Amino acid sequence: MSKYTPIIGLEVHVELKTKSKMFCSCSADYFGAEPNTHTCPVCLGLPGALPVPNKTAIEWCIKIALALNCEINLFSKFDRKNYFYPDLPKGYQISQYDLPFGKNGHITLKDGRRFGITRVHMEEDTGKLMHQDINGVRTSLVDFNRSSVPLVEIVTEPDFHNSADVKEYLQSLQQIVRYLEVSNANMDKGDMRLEPNISLSTNPDLTKLPNYKVEVKNINSFRFVEKAIEYELKRQEKILESGQTPPQETRGWNDVKNLTFSQRIKEEANDYRYFPEPDITPITHTKEQISTLRDSLPELQDKKSIRFTNDHGLPINDAEILTREKSLADYFEKAVAHGASYNVSSRQIANAIINKKLNHLEITLENLVSNIAKEAVIQTIDDSELASIITKVLTDNPKAVEDYKAGKESVIMFLVGQCMRAIGKKVNVQIITNLIKNQIQKNA
Amino acid sequence: MNNLTIKEARRQLKAREISSVELTKSYLETIKKHNEQLNAFITITEKEALAQAEEADKRIAKDESTPLLGIPIALKDLYMTKDIKTTAGSRVLENYIGQYDATTVMLLKKAGAVILGKTNLDAWAHGSSGENSDFGPTKNPYNTEYVPGGSSSGSPVAVAAEMALAASGTDTGGSIRLPASFCNVVGLKPTYGRVSRYGVIAMASSLDSIGHFTKTVEDNAMYLQVTAGSYPHDGTTPPVSVPEYIKNINAGVKGLKIGVPKEYFIEGLDPRIKELTDKTLKWYEGQGAELIEISLPHTPYAIEVYYIIQTAEVSSNLARYTGVRYGHDRRYLGDEAKRRIMLGTYVLSAGYYDAYYKKAMQVRTLLKKDFEEAFKKVNVIITPASPTLPWKLGEKTDDPLAMYLSDIFTVHANLVGVPGLSVPMGFINGLPVGMQILGPHFSEEKLFQVGHAFELANPVWKERPSL
Amino acid sequence: MKINIPHIAKLANLTIAKDQESMFETQLSSILTYIERLNEIDTTGVEETSQVTGLENVTREDKSLPSMPQEDAIFQATTYNSFFAVKGVFENE
Repeated sequence: MSKYTPIIGLEVHVELKTKSKMFCSCSADYFGAEPNTHTCPVCLGLPGALPVPNKTAIEWCIKIALALNCEINLFSKFDRKNYFYPDLPKGYQISQYDLPFGKNGHITLKDGRRFGITRVHMEEDTGKLMHQDINGVRTSLVDFNRSSVPLVEIVTEPDFHNSADVKEYLQSLQQIVRYLEVSNANMDKGDMRLEPNISLSTNPDLTKLPNYKVEVKNINSFRFVEKAIEYELKRQEKILESGQTPPQETRGWNDVKNLTFSQRIKEEANDYRYFPEPDITPITHTKEQISTLRDSLPELQDKKSIRFTNDHGLPINDAEILTREKSLADYFEKAVAHGASYNVSSRQIANAIINKKLNHLEITLENLVSNIAKEAVIQTIDDSELASIITKVLTDNPKAVEDYKAGKESVIMFLVGQCMRAIGKKVNVQIITNLIKNQIQKNA
Repeated sequence: MNNLTIKEARRQLKAREISSVELTKSYLETIKKHNEQLNAFITITEKEALAQAEEADKRIAKDESTPLLGIPIALKDLYMTKDIKTTAGSRVLENYIGQYDATTVMLLKKAGAVILGKTNLDAWAHGSSGENSDFGPTKNPYNTEYVPGGSSSGSPVAVAAEMALAASGTDTGGSIRLPASFCNVVGLKPTYGRVSRYGVIAMASSLDSIGHFTKTVEDNAMYLQVTAGSYPHDGTTPPVSVPEYIKNINAGVKGLKIGVPKEYFIEGLDPRIKELTDKTLKWYEGQGAELIEISLPHTPYAIEVYYIIQTAEVSSNLARYTGVRYGHDRRYLGDEAKRRIMLGTYVLSAGYYDAYYKKAMQVRTLLKKDFEEAFKKVNVIITPASPTLPWKLGEKTDDPLAMYLSDIFTVHANLVGVPGLSVPMGFINGLPVGMQILGPHFSEEKLFQVGHAFELANPVWKERPSL
Repeated sequence: MKINIPHIAKLANLTIAKDQESMFETQLSSILTYIERLNEIDTTGVEETSQVTGLENVTREDKSLPSMPQEDAIFQATTYNSFFAVKGVFENE
């Protein structure tokens, strides 16, 4: 049992998939575009340019906050975060400081444990910085296509104590924002970014936070999350064991060398000198408006999956697979509704999708249902009705019965056929055959 | 062209007595004649101006008639002009070519104004005398040993010296009203948000007011007709309708309640200016206005609040000038800019925010209440625009604080956002002296009426400088 | 010393020559002393004013419009393959 407890708080940035940027009307769909082709005076920080906030981005930020059970600040505003870096064109980032849109929320993981969400706020993204050696000179190249794309920052309480929980949190968060259809949240495309703050506590009951924390940047994929955290925890443990305190700093994850390294350049006095953004009016909402927004939220994955177990009689694992993507869940439910008129059950549809790994984008739900109906063998007749049909067929066909009793095995198929015709629906042939045989034997 | 006004020029253009090209050529000549001595223009756009004048003549021939059609004007070099050099008076941008037109520039062009060039200013609009320009100071045309006032220094001089019929400026702490009064021209600081700030290089975002200079009050109203309004690129322009400013300009002042704030008439105000202001106020009384003594009790603290809020915003607004995307790097910033950036950085820094910035924002509320209370009792407030006469070049350059105190009558209006019109009152020792008329938010129409009434009876503006 | 010029200059990304430090310190200190007269006013319970328009909720619809042509955006800078080029900003490895 380690004498150290990891204390981890998470900062996640989610890039919203709005049509235009946060403070200007440049297209926000910049991925793959030629450098500096999605810019304008505003996002390029030209002299005299002014920001005007994107209404939809604000709405989506609040939706995220509501989905994370946050209180919404009815009076909110933007603030300037002042610092110098080549990818920050104005020399300040428009962000939120003391009145973020959302605060005091929580997220519940699968096993019911709650983790605190400190705040959810709106800000603009920076340009992209690349480092390259040009003619032997170390040069930084900047592309401002990404500058001012809307970002939602989600900060948790330092409630995480292991990397597995962190991974689950990220997956949950990813699912939530995808469900809300506000972001594609692809870590490897950069539209979801994680920065954990990591420290180790020797305090067993966790009443006091450690006197340092290390921020780790540049974790670009789910598969590196656990690795990076584990590496950092080990690195810090080694330092603590030697009787020293790890320096408070920002470190970058290097996914080639599988280690974190100190980013000394960002350690400069980070006095951001926040003050209210004078170029943007305060943003206010009424309780009613927030209520309406809350009601407009789609049913999220956790609730939906429980509902699927109840409404559709599915085991929880199946329900979770089917609700992983909102579009699949919607497809499934529409297929179930459609399948009702074909006597195709939710179980059958679920099995078809899961076992056959069907891509719901490649087959229409109508085709899926009819395929199942064709293959499915459904017992829709109740036993007493079946019994009376069999009795009638046997009564109507005494010669066939006599022939079968005399040893003509093949006659059974004729009798089965007659029964099938009388039933009029697809039934399990084997079951009919057995029932007929039993009846003949009983009557004998 | 002597004493030509926009109103008269429009009449002549409409009557085909003169063409815009002829008018423009004449102004370009005057600029060539006087600019070396006065240093009012940083950039003269002769080719573009003549092309614009030709276009204007075509439109006039089609009987079009907008307030500024064919009128030669100049722009303070803080206004972004596409494909034309825009320097902000600073070496940082000495070679910077504007990448887009400011909203007001677009509006002026659309109205058919002819842009003669970009005028000189204190670098980044930091100054009250014109002496902080990185391209040499502008001189006062009434006495070239004296300052024209700032930070809009070239624009009022251009109008006063017949180098343009109107010129644009900005007023963040008095940078239109003060130089207007030093140069015997009319200067308007509109209500904050009345005119779009998009494309005007930002000094202090919550204080910058986009205004202009003309010879007469009526001209001034014609110009505002073109630039006033709420436009999408600036999110701080209230959607208040734009009245026809000229329509009731002759309404007169009978029954007008004029507030005279006791805090302005104190020690430090040149007694000769006090005397001239008293005479002016008496004239209004004679016309049926009522003089009411009021108090703006927090006036003595306005400069402190201003120098905290303004420098804080300046320090942030100038952070983008690093030479990466345009211009030179920050080594090219002048001393005054560095002073203000450092002061602003300091008052926002960790541990000091509450003591300075937060405190200033609270006193700003009290300053706002001062005006709100006053305008319950009076329609307008009249004060001198400056506590002193224009000073000699070099007189205050060693003492930044002394320079800051010249704004003592003007900063209050910027902190609250109310409009102010500077109108010539007279001359003292051959130097111009102006009054400022302040009103509630969006009361420009009233200010024009009040200023116009005085000007009609006391056409001080007709006294031209001898150059 | 009231104001630490080197520290503030660093925060503000300014280069102040060593022989100018003293001048700026004197000038800024005197201005700060003047400014501190604000402490004479009691502002207990007074709200802060940061904007004078009284406007709220000025936003824009989420519509995209054409951007600046690349050439217009970069022609006045040092560039490399249409990227803005800056002297290397290092991140230790």
